[in-house]
Amino acid sequence: MSLDLIEHLKQMLSAPGLSGYEDPVREIIAEAWKPYTDEITVSNLGSLHGLAKGSAPEPRPRVMLAAHMDAIGLMVTGIDDGFLRFTQVGGVDPRILPGQMVIVHGRQDLPGMVVMPPAFALPPEAASGSVALPYLLVDTGLRAEEVAQKVRVGDVISFAQEPLELAGGTIAGHTLDNRVSVAAVTVCLEALSKRKHAWDVIAAATAQEEVGAIAAFTDPVAIRPDFAIVIDVTFAKGPGGSGWRDYELGKGITICWGANQHPWLFEEITRLADQLDIPYKKDLAPGMSGTDAYGIQVAESGIPVVELGIPLRYMHTPVEQVALKDIFRAGRLMAEFITELPIDFMSKVEWK
Amino acid sequence: MKNETPKDALFALIKSLVETPGPSGQEHLIREVIKAEIKDYCDEIVTDALGNLIARKGKKTADGKRVMISAHVDEIGVMITHVDENGFARFITIGGVNPLTCIGGRVLFMNGVSGVIGVERLEPNTMPKHENLFIDTGATSVADSPVKVGDVAGFYRPAVQMGSRLVAKSMDDRIAAVVAIEAMKAIKTTPNELYFVFSVQEEVGLRGATTAAYGVDPDLGLAVDVTPTGDTPKSTRRSVALGKGPAIKVRDSSFIADTRIINWMVKEAEAQKLPYQMEVLEAGGTDGRAIQMTRAGVPAGCLSIACRYVHSPSEMVDRADVENSIKLLAGLLSKKIVL
Amino acid sequence: MAVKTNTRPQNLKMKKADLDLLARLCNAVSVSGDEQEVRDIVLEQVKPLADSVTVDALGNVLATKLGKGKNKVRVMIAAHMDEIGFMLIKDEGDGIFEFRVVGGIDERQLVGKSVWVGREHVPGIIGAKAIHMTTPEERKVALKVEQLRIDLGPDGSSKAKIGDRGTFATKLQVIGPSIRSKALDDRLGVFNLIQLLKTAPDNIDLLAAFTVQEEVGLRGAHVAAYTFDPQIGIALDSTPANDLPFYDTGEVNASYNTRLDGGPAIYLMDGATIGDRRLISWLTAVAEAEGIPWQYRQPGRGGTDAGSIHKTRSGVPSVSVSVPQRYLHSAAGLVRMDDCVNTLRLIQQALIRLDPKILNRQEK
Repeated sequence: MSLDLIEHLKQMLSAPGLSGYEDPVREIIAEAWKPYTDEITVSNLGSLHGLAKGSAPEPRPRVMLAAHMDAIGLMVTGIDDGFLRFTQVGGVDPRILPGQMVIVHGRQDLPGMVVMPPAFALPPEAASGSVALPYLLVDTGLRAEEVAQKVRVGDVISFAQEPLELAGGTIAGHTLDNRVSVAAVTVCLEALSKRKHAWDVIAAATAQEEVGAIAAFTDPVAIRPDFAIVIDVTFAKGPGGSGWRDYELGKGITICWGANQHPWLFEEITRLADQLDIPYKKDLAPGMSGTDAYGIQVAESGIPVVELGIPLRYMHTPVEQVALKDIFRAGRLMAEFITELPIDFMSKVEWK
Repeated sequence: MKNETPKDALFALIKSLVETPGPSGQEHLIREVIKAEIKDYCDEIVTDALGNLIARKGKKTADGKRVMISAHVDEIGVMITHVDENGFARFITIGGVNPLTCIGGRVLFMNGVSGVIGVERLEPNTMPKHENLFIDTGATSVADSPVKVGDVAGFYRPAVQMGSRLVAKSMDDRIAAVVAIEAMKAIKTTPNELYFVFSVQEEVGLRGATTAAYGVDPDLGLAVDVTPTGDTPKSTRRSVALGKGPAIKVRDSSFIADTRIINWMVKEAEAQKLPYQMEVLEAGGTDGRAIQMTRAGVPAGCLSIACRYVHSPSEMVDRADVENSIKLLAGLLSKKIVL
Repeated sequence: MAVKTNTRPQNLKMKKADLDLLARLCNAVSVSGDEQEVRDIVLEQVKPLADSVTVDALGNVLATKLGKGKNKVRVMIAAHMDEIGFMLIKDEGDGIFEFRVVGGIDERQLVGKSVWVGREHVPGIIGAKAIHMTTPEERKVALKVEQLRIDLGPDGSSKAKIGDRGTFATKLQVIGPSIRSKALDDRLGVFNLIQLLKTAPDNIDLLAAFTVQEEVGLRGAHVAAYTFDPQIGIALDSTPANDLPFYDTGEVNASYNTRLDGGPAIYLMDGATIGDRRLISWLTAVAEAEGIPWQYRQPGRGGTDAGSIHKTRSGVPSVSVSVPQRYLHSAAGLVRMDDCVNTLRLIQQALIRLDPKILNRQEK
């Protein structure tokens, strides 16, 4: 069953699925993974786990692939004459909000938009410059009585931006962070389904990464992997991205180097990337990675982690942009790496 | 309305709990008070390595789940860092203590000594910091100081009822311990195995609940804690208010409650026709996070009691909210749980 | 009283072989996340001493020395191998690198220093604009790390690469009663823990954890404690001695944290751990009985590996003991040899006197 990557991405990127509220996107990913896995389960905190069994005799070593599926968004904190006040779920820059189309997930899904009150309606400290989040509102277009029946405090609000195919083989929309990595995992699973691999592979579309890598700390306790591959997005060069941590869009993936990643695994995977001529750059995370790697690495007695990055422009906006080629590169590198894993791989791990 | 010191059993229990000194790390007295209160209503009581008091009620049946209920019994307080040559003591805070709530306040040390908090002269228009505060125990030198480095004190204020409101220090989180105790008493039978954890060291980082949850290894968890309201003049905007019923926490800044737990709580409140309110808190943290992140993860939520003036010596809750919280908790725990 | 000061310093001496080992440890470059240099020294030292030695998924060295007989107490003692330092993040060519700090360093400590980069200890410098080109206003504003660069010299780009770690280029030196060095936090702990493996008494199972990544979140201790599953935890670390004079005469220093020559510093409460009072009493009683000077570390912020250990599994009563050090997390810290030796003596004597009954709960 061959994978239509763009279709798979568009399905995921059209779904909400905020941190803690991942049901809609989890169902889409489960459907996509079914053809390539032997078992699909849901973890205690809502991550999706897909097991692709290896060919070696039991007990087989296990590798975990982790890509978070949750989205950042907003949550209703109050209802003011039919207008919704809200807070953020995950990191949201308030400057991207005014005029943004959203969906309010109340007793039913309601279209809405973020609006900025006029300056005279705001206290002096909030009236000029960027309007801070507590002062913005969502207008659903409904009258107050109907809003009172359909929406309550605690309901989540997602970005309504539809995914867009842009020039140069790029795709844009909301929650490319981190569903492009989930797509890379799907690419990997599809490739693995066509060949032999000794190891068990557990693909995890993890929950609640954007609010503290919550499932990353706990999923490994159930999965018990020997090591983990984390895939997340990283910063791409472009408007607003010109520092030491920005990588060119579409010119290759990144492989992470820092305290949360195992240096020997880094050596092993970069050696393979060189052999396969998959372009990559070293992505530096001196103290901590800010991804699921942070949680997975310290589960129970510790798990060695290697981390791949897909460059992405305009992170945490509804118009994030990624090059499709980089998704394929990440997926292919993982599939090749896993296919080549010998049974005694972990006995070769060394520190130098 | 006149202040009252009511004679009823609920108020007596509240008064006994809130007035017992016990900042984080010093929970031995409050542990004993609670033990005496619950011993006839549960099957087993254990104190674990960090001092959590864990009371089991019921045994898990085929239809039942293992539930951890966590109400923390430590309160905020202070620890002495230095006693100067004139007998004035400097301190560091235990948990979140706002310097503004300290000035002129009284503290009560674990060894029974009282103290008054004073403040240095400040630059005009500056806010006091902890470094500007000191405790006066009436000593005049290091030698006659009744307190020394390492001694711990909580804030001191008697409990009182004002109409339908109850006011005391340490409603955070002793009122939750009251709710848990009363629910425990009200539950006659249950298919579930209930672990009521009276947890320690919550105010310094949810530490007791972290280890208690590992030991209990529950199927689901519920923290019980207070939550600040938005119903006082020019407060931070919040929808939670006194008297609108037990609050069902959707999230705070430490965790996102499991939607299955939220729905379970809403269903029960509606079945009992209890008032309830949804809570979104843009600050704060509770034992719920610690339970959620245990082992392979645990679906967790929090039952909140609306509270004004949190982390001040005069925390205020509504009596009806307390009574409804007891009913809600008892109802949730005594029935089969379908998430 | 916070400090039991001796009337006169003891001027204890460390043996030359011990000082040589301490120097090797302190002069090694092992920044959080890349502890290999120290790990190699530790493995070489502990393999002949321990019953089992493993290196775990994060790079912790876990060494076990079993006791004898029944009722042994499982005691985990942790000392961290990592130090604060920097990572090179951008190669600007010509040997000039942009860098970021790893762990907590006051950025004002960086400028005008010499550094070592990588396993080869490639020498480098962090320079600053010539004073002649600065204005008085400019000199009032501290330089931020984003403005600073590590200069390895022209052609230095062939000697190091981005991702390499480095730290201050300070060699350990004994100066009178003191030791001046970088990374005394926590190579003193590492050194003492190696010695404790040599003298481990029979009444305990000594679970020695030479941990990684303490400076970036007590990470190594978190997994080491899970693996060891001990009954008691002790963290050996180093803590600031802020016992410097005030500028305004007559002002009394009430925030000294610890004092040099005050002996091992026992923690009541820091930002990560409320010390178990039973263990604190045990240590102070031993110090009194043995005539070892000791002090409380003032209750305050900061943290040690005990912060991770005590929250492991179902909870582990824990305590921290540190050597007081001036100028922590700078190019050169200063400790008294007396305090180093007394810290080791205290733990050695305390372990011998450790009674399993200490874990019976007592209400105070």
